Amino acid sequence: MTLIRLTGVTKTFPPPAKDAAPVVAVDDISLDVAAGEVCGIIGYSGAGKSTVLRLVNALETATAGTVEIDGRDITHLRERELRELRGDIGMIFQQFNLFDSRTVAKNVAYPLEVARRPRAEIAARVDELLRFVGLADKARSYPEQLSGGQKQRVGIARALATSPRILLADEATSALDPDTTQEVLALLKRINEELGVTILVITHEMDVIRTLADRVVVMENGRIIESGEVFDVLSAPQHAATKRFVASIIEDVPVGDQLRTLHDRHPGRIVTFTIREGDVTQADVFAALSTHGARFELVHGGINDIGGRVFGHLTLALSGDAEAVQSAIDAASSFAPLIEEDTRG
Amino acid sequence: MDRLVDLLPQLWAATAETLYVASLSLVFGGLAGLFVGLALYATRPGSLFPNRFLFGTINVVVNFFRPIPFVILLVSVQPLARALGLPGIGPVFGIFAITIASLFAISRIVEQNLLTVRPGVIEAARSTGASRTRILFRLLPREALGPLILGYTFIVVALVDMTAVAGAVAAGGLGEFAIVYGFKQFNPAVTWAAVLVIIVIVQVVQFTGNALARRVLRR
Repeated sequence: MTLIRLTGVTKTFPPPAKDAAPVVAVDDISLDVAAGEVCGIIGYSGAGKSTVLRLVNALETATAGTVEIDGRDITHLRERELRELRGDIGMIFQQFNLFDSRTVAKNVAYPLEVARRPRAEIAARVDELLRFVGLADKARSYPEQLSGGQKQRVGIARALATSPRILLADEATSALDPDTTQEVLALLKRINEELGVTILVITHEMDVIRTLADRVVVMENGRIIESGEVFDVLSAPQHAATKRFVASIIEDVPVGDQLRTLHDRHPGRIVTFTIREGDVTQADVFAALSTHGARFELVHGGINDIGGRVFGHLTLALSGDAEAVQSAIDAASSFAPLIEEDTRG
Repeated sequence: MDRLVDLLPQLWAATAETLYVASLSLVFGGLAGLFVGLALYATRPGSLFPNRFLFGTINVVVNFFRPIPFVILLVSVQPLARALGLPGIGPVFGIFAITIASLFAISRIVEQNLLTVRPGVIEAARSTGASRTRILFRLLPREALGPLILGYTFIVVALVDMTAVAGAVAAGGLGEFAIVYGFKQFNPAVTWAAVLVIIVIVQVVQFTGNALARRVLRR
């Protein structure tokens, strides 16, 4: 079931200066997010991903196209209806954006106060949420007394206060150190799995996508340039920008100096095969090379586990008779994608 | 010095008058300034209720009145006070003039302090479904309360200064006391006594403001 649907959505901002062109932040985007899914949008800053997020809870309104939440077009709702809608969509932020004048408990209570829930219900719900995010002992603390990770957990509890079906995460871990990032990602994962909350997360870190998302959308210059299951996009990125994002977390293909060092050490040909669970196994590659009489050594490589599925790269140095080597490479590359880059000369 | 002792009852009466004029001016000017400051903040481009025309108008009006030296504003608003059925001299007129003068300064202080609240905090509030008026009137003043207290403390000190100037139109208070009994009767000791009381008032106000702000800001 589709919970969030963007159809041909464009968002244009007025020109920053007179005589300048209007800024097209989001350019004709269509996107479906299913209920219960974690969808990640990745892109460099200025790609338009933040705007996409704000279109979903109508903090921004589309210039063209429609945004539907649970089958309901929200592009022409009135302010009062939008406020009700936002009550069903939680949002967390890179800078946490907690209310400094309120205690942790009062921060979490805020959306419930806005929704005019009875006081006793608010107290019980705040209690429950703080226990869920592991901050029951910090109820009376103020935001400045918390660490970054704790602040984000308060932000998450606040976003979940009204039991929304959708959670929007705006670079929620970008201001956190690596350990805390993993903690917060694990909490988000729990929210998705235990509470069934649909999560739309935007980030510039591929690691967040790998850890959390089921599906990834890559954005550049306001457009979607690539999207699909996380495993498919990470194991076979198509677009140049996607390849750069993938290379930031998957460093098992030797490049530059690394490759040159390998060539210095191994006089023969150096080739890299891509291994993908379901398509290509290591055993097949080794078997194909052996039957054609090529001698090979494993000189570099790596195996990645993404959502329980495996893909990786094997870099091999082949030696021996040049013709045998060529036919061995031909045989293996007929089913395993091949990368060969010669840096000598 | 003996003269000063004779004048002590008048000095205390003048002190009470200064406090009376300053505090009522603070109530009226403070409330009006808070309102105008909220309007300035809310209507500026990109804010909660952006309105180019309203913002431009309020902005120009505030900028027009704010630089007028108080002693000139004081005599300029005399016809206005009379047209409104208020006296043109005395403490009530002093309150009237100081309210007008302080309103514009206070509105700027309120606007500036509200601007210290990070836009992300407002966005977070909006994302919970809070209405813009709720954010403007309930969340923002509370979030900016610490700096607001310091801003108002600053303005109270300026108000005490203005009450002294208003002594020139018989608004009473320590300003008038210093001019009538000190300056005009060549008695510097009397003048300095008024100055001393003003210093004490200012110190007490500043100390209280700082303490309150520290409490609110928890540092």
